Amino acid sequence: MVALAETEASSLGIREIRKSFPLPDDPLLRRPVLDGISFSLAAGELVSLIGPSGCGKSTLLRLIAGLESPDSGELLIGSEKITQPGAERGLVFQDPNLFPWLTVRRNIQAGLVASGVLREKHHEVDDFMRLVGLETFADAYPHHLSGGMAQRVALARALINHPKVLLLDEPLGALDAFTRMRMQDEVLRLWRARGTTMLLVTHDIDEAIYMSDRIMIMSPRPGRIERIISVALDRPRQRSSPDFLRLRGDILEFVHFAGNAPMENKS
Amino acid sequence: MRPEKHNSRRAISPPKSTPQLPSATTHPNVDAIQRVDRGSELGWRAQLAVPLAALVALAIHLLFSKRAPAVETHSYTLFFYEILGVSAVLSIAQGFWMPLRSWMRHMFPILTAAILLLGLWDIVTFGFQLLPMPYFPGPAAVLRSLINDRVLLLDSTWHSLALLLSGYTVGVLVGLISGVCIGWSTPVRYWGMPLLKVVGPIPATAWIPLAMVVSPSAIVSAAGLIALAVWFPVTMLTASGISNTRASYLDVARTLGAGRAYLIFRVAIPAAVPSIFIGLFMGLGASFLTLVVAESVGVKSGLGWYVSWAQGWAEYGKVYAALIIMAAFFSTIMTLLFKVRDRVLVWQKGVIKW
Repeated sequence: MVALAETEASSLGIREIRKSFPLPDDPLLRRPVLDGISFSLAAGELVSLIGPSGCGKSTLLRLIAGLESPDSGELLIGSEKITQPGAERGLVFQDPNLFPWLTVRRNIQAGLVASGVLREKHHEVDDFMRLVGLETFADAYPHHLSGGMAQRVALARALINHPKVLLLDEPLGALDAFTRMRMQDEVLRLWRARGTTMLLVTHDIDEAIYMSDRIMIMSPRPGRIERIISVALDRPRQRSSPDFLRLRGDILEFVHFAGNAPMENKS
Repeated sequence: MRPEKHNSRRAISPPKSTPQLPSATTHPNVDAIQRVDRGSELGWRAQLAVPLAALVALAIHLLFSKRAPAVETHSYTLFFYEILGVSAVLSIAQGFWMPLRSWMRHMFPILTAAILLLGLWDIVTFGFQLLPMPYFPGPAAVLRSLINDRVLLLDSTWHSLALLLSGYTVGVLVGLISGVCIGWSTPVRYWGMPLLKVVGPIPATAWIPLAMVVSPSAIVSAAGLIALAVWFPVTMLTASGISNTRASYLDVARTLGAGRAYLIFRVAIPAAVPSIFIGLFMGLGASFLTLVVAESVGVKSGLGWYVSWAQGWAEYGKVYAALIIMAAFFSTIMTLLFKVRDRVLVWQKGVIKW
């Protein structure tokens, strides 16, 4: 029963979300960015969100994080309504955004300090540094770290409050191809170890297929969810297996089709 | 078979490949080693330049000092014997002590120039009296004032230090508080910024007439003026640092569960520290200026007062003595602030230089 309650609490429900922003040159006009988005994430699920730039992926993530509020619709975590940012929803950006004035250790424990629980949970800082393999860099400042290391610190920092949902906004987008593949395994390892529900925004179709249980494809102007694809491949996945490549081909075709809607009319 | 063939081919056409390979790999190394050697090798210039300059300057002084009473030149002559002695010791010690050698290598041109400049000053003023007296005394007269008036100079320095620190501290504290408020809160910025922009640029010294009327004592009004002079740049740069905090840092902190206190004190203020230090340096410069002016107008103590007092008696030797003390005093404080900044901004090392 307890387990059931916990799993329900870390599910995510998005219902009929609409969001628009004022135009820069005419504040009275508003441009719709998200137009009736609905989906839900089961507890412990890893779901990717792909789509062309400008389709409102990042806005959707900011809404779930509570950094923005929707024009209409409902955002639920478990059965609780999301109204403001909170430690139960972690967010990792493309830029690690580490606080440059804090050492690696102090960056990681920032979440505990912010929630005022550093004294009770002090021992966990070491666990998380080990979890991301950075214990030898505890006293280094962020400008000494490579991109991959910095992003690992950002992941540890976001995980230390034991968020129910982790929101990842193209977290590996700025890394080189090799580091990116290594970090994908790293994120998967963290996901498996912690059972955190994850919503991953990415540009990279391979990354989406490699990592997620389901893939949601968005279309732009205004942002809508066009299609949700279940990835029924066994883990660990082979990037060059026939099933992987076939799925990749399907998605590419669909994205091409969805991204060039006017072309559809011509043909 | 093949390797042999290669070898023979190389043997046939050596001028192109063989000499190039070693030169490409070894030259940089040799270069680096030579550079290190050059840095530590004993140079006759570094050894002899300073003592020679001291000798020249001393000779100049001895030449001219014959026609003046011994009392006036005695201490300066002594001072130069000391310089000569020290420079001789330094030049010999270079032979044994590596750190001193590389330090002297770096410093000897400027030391030599400084000593020669003293000699030139001696010639122009004391020697041929090319500049009008009593405004331009020779170095011997300045040194004599420095020694004779040391008690009063020390006392004045102490008073200046006390006044400067009290005014600067108050100005920095108030400036930090008002800067954080203006930088963080939109309503405070709306009302505070116009006031800051209109009142701030008025030089603090322009308030002297008002300050004299309003405040109970000259010391208090001087401290207030210094605080005002410091307050403006500190407020301005703190506010700009706070309001320019990267929005993503604040977003990250919010998703970590941060409340307002955390956002202000643990995100915005640390992010603003580099900017705040610029304000602290600008404020320090303004505080020196205000200190000296306030002391020469109303306050009856301190180095600024000493300068105008000495000027009143036409004792320009004392004026220059006080200027020398001021230079040492102000640059020491400036250096201390730089050290504090380097300590506080250790996380920025290698990111910016200024």
